[in-house]
Amino acid sequence: MNAWIEKQRHLIDFTLASLARRKAKNLGLLLVYALLVFVLASVALYTHALRQEAAQVLKQSPEIVLQRMVAGRHDLIPPGYLEKIGRIRGVQSIEGRLWGYYYDPVVKANYTFMAPAAEAVKPGTLVVGPAVARSRGLAPGNTISFRAYSGKLFSFTVVGVLPHASELVSADLVLMGEADFRAFFEYPAGQHTDIALSVANPLEVRTVAAKLASALPDSRPILREEVLRTYASVFDWREGIVLALLSAAIFAFAILAWEKASGLSAEEKREIGILKAIGWETGDVIKMKLWEGGLISLTAFLAGFVAAYLQVFRFGAPLFEPVLKGWAVLYPRFELVPAIDGLQVATLFFFTVFPYMAAVLVPIWRAAITDPDSAMRS
Amino acid sequence: MIFQPAIIALLLASGIAVAMLAAAAPFALQVIRQWDIASGTERQLLLERRTYLFSTLAAFVMVVQLVALLLFVFNADRMAEMFVGAMCAVGTLNVNPFGFPALLAQMAVFFLAAAWLAVNHVDTRAPDYPLVRVKYALLLILLPALALAFVLQLKYFLGLRADVITSCCGSLFSGDAKGLAAEVAALKPLPAMTLFYVVLAVAAGLTFFHARTRRAGYAAAAASAAAFVATIVGVLSFVSLYLYEHPNHHCPFCILKPEYGHQGYWLYVPLFAATAAGLGTGALQPFRQVASLREIVPAVSARLADLAAFGYLLVALIATYFVLHSNLILIEH
Repeated sequence: MNAWIEKQRHLIDFTLASLARRKAKNLGLLLVYALLVFVLASVALYTHALRQEAAQVLKQSPEIVLQRMVAGRHDLIPPGYLEKIGRIRGVQSIEGRLWGYYYDPVVKANYTFMAPAAEAVKPGTLVVGPAVARSRGLAPGNTISFRAYSGKLFSFTVVGVLPHASELVSADLVLMGEADFRAFFEYPAGQHTDIALSVANPLEVRTVAAKLASALPDSRPILREEVLRTYASVFDWREGIVLALLSAAIFAFAILAWEKASGLSAEEKREIGILKAIGWETGDVIKMKLWEGGLISLTAFLAGFVAAYLQVFRFGAPLFEPVLKGWAVLYPRFELVPAIDGLQVATLFFFTVFPYMAAVLVPIWRAAITDPDSAMRS
Repeated sequence: MIFQPAIIALLLASGIAVAMLAAAAPFALQVIRQWDIASGTERQLLLERRTYLFSTLAAFVMVVQLVALLLFVFNADRMAEMFVGAMCAVGTLNVNPFGFPALLAQMAVFFLAAAWLAVNHVDTRAPDYPLVRVKYALLLILLPALALAFVLQLKYFLGLRADVITSCCGSLFSGDAKGLAAEVAALKPLPAMTLFYVVLAVAAGLTFFHARTRRAGYAAAAASAAAFVATIVGVLSFVSLYLYEHPNHHCPFCILKPEYGHQGYWLYVPLFAATAAGLGTGALQPFRQVASLREIVPAVSARLADLAAFGYLLVALIATYFVLHSNLILIEH
């Protein structure tokens, strides 16, 4: 075993020295290789972080949201619905929610207006989300007026700005009292936008949803796990599409690697010829060349991955953000939590190192079988 | 679902592997028919040169297949959140009828690839390449296996539909269900434990014996295969229970999940490595008497057996640690 390790060590030593002798050629390849890893890793790291973020956000959301449908469209929940649902076993709490969208012509963006049930906001006051506060330049104590859809003007005093930590969900949020909300939107008394139900046992969620659907045939229960699944597949799908598009780049890179590996310079040929003349076997030359490929791969992979990590988590992924994140006027500013996923690293490795090694095998062999005399003579 | 990054990577890996082996097949036939190490003809020289290429190619493919199994399981486990009713890899693999066959095929390819790599290793160490014909014949046998694994994977991944309600591991591995897995899961802990430890002890003992005396190679390989089955049975019937600290949860895949600290990998990686080494020992035994391999085969086979013995010992120790570390009590003293 020790002899084997010793042999590999010498091979690596030799390979490194021979790589250093042809700096320009190898650095070029290394750069392109690292760039490819960088692009692919950026996509992978960024989507994974987004997925994590979505899962984190939805953790706090209700297990089931019940909407009423009229002619296939989302409609208000009329009075008496909450009672009609009554007590379903396994449901911890039922709560009618009040929320709506408001288009603000000043910044040309939609806000989400909401009357929270848990904490009452005093009449005439508002609590606004961080992005709303940013876009309208609001601070606690300021007054702001909105023209309601009815044409009337309403003035409110801002009493608080929601913390930045919750920005992903609260960027465009405006919280107000229930009475204000109903007056502003002229919302019919006793009606709600939708109903949120919390279910303690995850295994019972589907049963509860089935009971709801049979008790209220005109309603649509939306499960949190379904929302989560949709997010996960959307992000995966986006990542997959980007990777599939980039596969052309991988292919081009494989061709480049093939070319680089097969275009042996006269000096390299002579080197191999001398090695074989002093007793190296074809197998040894192949091993040396494989080490060369392996070392280049490893260096490029590490360099590309680290650069991608810095790009995504230090600098906010300026390169891929528009494709992967989606777009909105009041887009939340959020810090991605650094997360590395083993599966993704393994996948990335397959995407880059595997095509490279597959591409250089044949050129390596061609180089290794050169006869010593013909190599040295040429 | 085909646009999952890990799925693209897996299909890429097995697609290229099949293509490479298919490209090597005509050459394999030529080697089997025309190889003659004693001859000095130009054709023989060309063949000898080409074996370097195709041996490297095949070795590369096999090594990739070893890693692909890990990626396959890892990916199946991760995708569970996409399917209604799936809690772990079982649900994902159950989405369509090709899931479990694809996994089993990948496992078969894993062990076949390991055996081929062992044969290839001893062959390249002998000066006259005595096993070239055997190696390439085996390659021709491996090609359909790899192609089958690829087709099963392709069918499985193409047939993944998010709206299928799949079944959870609880229904497949419970004592009340029907089928082989359920029968095994219903085994009482004490006999299952006895079986597990006895078979592992025999396997570790035999492989160790072979490593020291270089005898009983076939027995060591057979014991390795038995130890693989016994460990899977052990995981199904008692190790998983202790890990989950739950008397009825028998799933062999949930232990791979982050909720349980990925502890399953600690068990499966040594198990698969040890079994691959043990089977590799068996694959080398027919060539003990080949003149130029008389020194090489016993040495390599002994090293593989050492590895297997160490692996099984590790599996037993890790399983014991899981059992002792758990708060669950299945057997009262």
